[in-house]
Amino acid sequence: MIETRPHDVLIIGAGGAGLRAAVACIQAGLSVGVVCKSLLGKAHTVMAEGGMAASLAHVDDRDGWSTHFRDTMVGGYRLNNPRMAELHAKEAPERVRELEEWGAVFDRTRDGRILQRPFGGHTYPRLAHVGDRTGLELIRTLQDRSVAVGAQVYQEVIITRLSMKRGRVNGAIGYRRLDGVPMAFPAKAVVLASGGVGRAFAVTSNSWESSGDGHALAYRAGAELIDMEFVQFHPTGMVHPAGVKGLLVTEAVRGEGGILRNADGERFMWRYLPEARRDEYAATDEEARAWVDDLTEGRQSSHRRPPELSTRDNVARAIYTEVKEGRGSPHGGVFLDISYLPAERVRTKLPSMYEQFKELADVDITAGPMEVGPTMHYIMGGIRVEADMGATTTPGLFAAGEVAAGLHGSNRLGGNSLTDLLVFGRRAGEAAAEAAASAKAVEEFSKRFVDESVKAMFAPFERESGEDPNRLHEELQATMSSLVGIFREESDLREAIERIEGYKERWHGLRITGPRRFNPGWDLIFELRSMLTVSEAIARSALEREESRGAHSRLDFVGMRDEWDTVNVTTARDGEAMKVERKPVAELPAELAEHVQTAVKA
Amino acid sequence: MADQAKLWVNRGEADEDGEFFEYTVPAGEGMVVLDAIHWIQQNVEPDLAARWNCKAAKCGSCSAEVNGKPSLMCKTRLSDFPDGEAITVEPMRTFPRVRDLVTDVSWNYEINQLITPFTPPDRPQSEWRWQQKDGERSQEFRKCIECFLCMDTCHVLRNHETDYEFFGPRFFVRAASLEMHPLDQADRKEQLKYDGGIGYCNINKCCTDVCPEHIKITDNAIIPLKERVADEYYDPVRWLWRKIRGGRYGSSADGAGIAVSEEAAALDARAEADAADTSGSSGSSGSSGKGASAD
Repeated sequence: MIETRPHDVLIIGAGGAGLRAAVACIQAGLSVGVVCKSLLGKAHTVMAEGGMAASLAHVDDRDGWSTHFRDTMVGGYRLNNPRMAELHAKEAPERVRELEEWGAVFDRTRDGRILQRPFGGHTYPRLAHVGDRTGLELIRTLQDRSVAVGAQVYQEVIITRLSMKRGRVNGAIGYRRLDGVPMAFPAKAVVLASGGVGRAFAVTSNSWESSGDGHALAYRAGAELIDMEFVQFHPTGMVHPAGVKGLLVTEAVRGEGGILRNADGERFMWRYLPEARRDEYAATDEEARAWVDDLTEGRQSSHRRPPELSTRDNVARAIYTEVKEGRGSPHGGVFLDISYLPAERVRTKLPSMYEQFKELADVDITAGPMEVGPTMHYIMGGIRVEADMGATTTPGLFAAGEVAAGLHGSNRLGGNSLTDLLVFGRRAGEAAAEAAASAKAVEEFSKRFVDESVKAMFAPFERESGEDPNRLHEELQATMSSLVGIFREESDLREAIERIEGYKERWHGLRITGPRRFNPGWDLIFELRSMLTVSEAIARSALEREESRGAHSRLDFVGMRDEWDTVNVTTARDGEAMKVERKPVAELPAELAEHVQTAVKA
Repeated sequence: MADQAKLWVNRGEADEDGEFFEYTVPAGEGMVVLDAIHWIQQNVEPDLAARWNCKAAKCGSCSAEVNGKPSLMCKTRLSDFPDGEAITVEPMRTFPRVRDLVTDVSWNYEINQLITPFTPPDRPQSEWRWQQKDGERSQEFRKCIECFLCMDTCHVLRNHETDYEFFGPRFFVRAASLEMHPLDQADRKEQLKYDGGIGYCNINKCCTDVCPEHIKITDNAIIPLKERVADEYYDPVRWLWRKIRGGRYGSSADGAGIAVSEEAAALDARAEADAADTSGSSGSSGSSGKGASAD
């Protein structure tokens, strides 16, 4: 009836954070179970393209942890948890080197060290990379490592519920997709590493797995979510043909010198640079070109970077505005051009982009421009965690990676997520291992908990009639994309919340037919419940924050407001309702404050 | 292109041959087979079983046989086929069916564990240096997205004509990525010969033809590995040395068995397979132990 697999530590998610946490737990000598919804090695981490940010200072010797810290804080408009930003900046280089020790083969500098490339918002070239398939390198390296050291991976399992005893999380329950058999995973500690929420939106770079399951599991277990209004729209997704709309076009295209132009041929990013940071960017086309030439030649550049390397929130808004004001490309995007560089250079540095456009859009990016537009890509918000250990506000429950929040503030810099996975995956793994080591034996679940959970799992099959989950999913995606997108306003957000309340009612009447064995419609039902929870948290948090900051732009509250400088919006479960609160941002200690000198406001 | 496409999707339960069901799907510009499968799931059959993740040819989940050819559904465009003709979509036939288009690929994960992992040199990473071109050979193989299409098409695996151990193309590629890593210290030749059965590959290059990452599996991974194995086991000087030294497999390998070299690529495939058969059966039982590892 139910298969029980006890472990000291259960890790939910097998992307970069989950696998790094698994390695940490095993090194601590514990038994670790890793569950994932897909096959091992297919997690969304594999889609990361451009690189992982770490101040190795191999390309520009002026770089160091404090500059990386400053860039992260400034890029996040200082809503970041400063301790997380500090740990991340300090430990990222070591985590990258460790990957090399485990077999990763990064691109090289001329003196044979790990090469780094420039990215938006990073002062110096900082992203260790492998062409434009860095995520694949990361996940394959960690996959091989975790299997080699002995992680037990349960592939293609959907977790439907966390188990709690005396206020502590003590495992999780779900079912194996391959045969529909319920599975119980009692554990002494649980690490959530389940990634993002992109599937709640119609146009997204995310895969089907990103349905906010971890956010929702934690929320239902009483943990607090934070910063949920900050949803990153990546500036450059494919817009054409329709079948590939939203597919990611790596920021590395701009990192290697890609130029954005509107339908009039204007390099419009010059007009969108924030005044406060304008002097970090080149002043002219000539200076931007000289910077690209230095990069191509592998020289440390004395020139400033091109305007296309502004932060993602800014570039996404710029593209959105250009299109809205009628200066868009034929398919509703703008043009991104790298074809002025030698074709061989483009094919070497951006091989998968070259393939992607050639095979899916009949466009040769070495010969002409791409058409690109914003696509929902990442959520800065997530489960509130304690900085050093990734402990959530619920005992026994830890979180790391995209599902956790704090590092990125209101806007994430490209390249910071992969090192986020490594730095905080390891920390959460070690902390969970420590918690597990001091706990008593793994406890079996109560019969009542198992019976209730299994009954709920199979309920959608039992209903005589009901709605197809696909319809509800389409409606939710349309609502989130049209009412809770790049630009927001009160009336839209209220409308979205009202609709989501209705969807929550309808969820109880969803029905699925067919067998239990590998039934995607059945999986969608549980994922939809997660998507509804995170969508509500996003909409309610967005309504609460009456200003525009980072990735959150309110048409009715333009610009940053002083009173919001020190406020995080949190959401938590209050009975069946969602409680929204304003809480003070973690304090920036004086010794860190001096590193953040650049003003973030005009 | 036509505004509709006709798909024949092979559906069935575990280990069944399955039968074809016809679906007519609205076909927009640039649509791929996976879009059509999603349309069917969303509008006709919510329980149609199919794997997918990235929909960008980066994760290798949506492998299937489209019009008989092992393909990623996310990369195969409907417009590549003649208007009006039905496109058949079937699961990978080399692996046991779980349901509809989903197959049990767990065997791959087991094979993977037999390969000695990356073995770093005994000096700190801070001192590691290599040139870009020295890493590129390994990087080519590390592009592999584990779609297992090469395993699906490999006739040694597909026809189940063998009961011997055979890694299959994906895992020769993995072994090659490690063997050709600029700093790896392990020696996987014994593993490749005995556990991996590399001799059984008769370099038909079917795997290379279907690789969505365009990895030159046969030319760049398998043939060089065969050469290394041949040099180790069939070089007369080394053979004699082992004979004198009394190495583990020193007396069992038949020096005249197979000669895999640059020229071997041009040899008649069948003849070589026969030769491989002979040498494979004369070896003692497979071992995952490593040979001498350089420090």
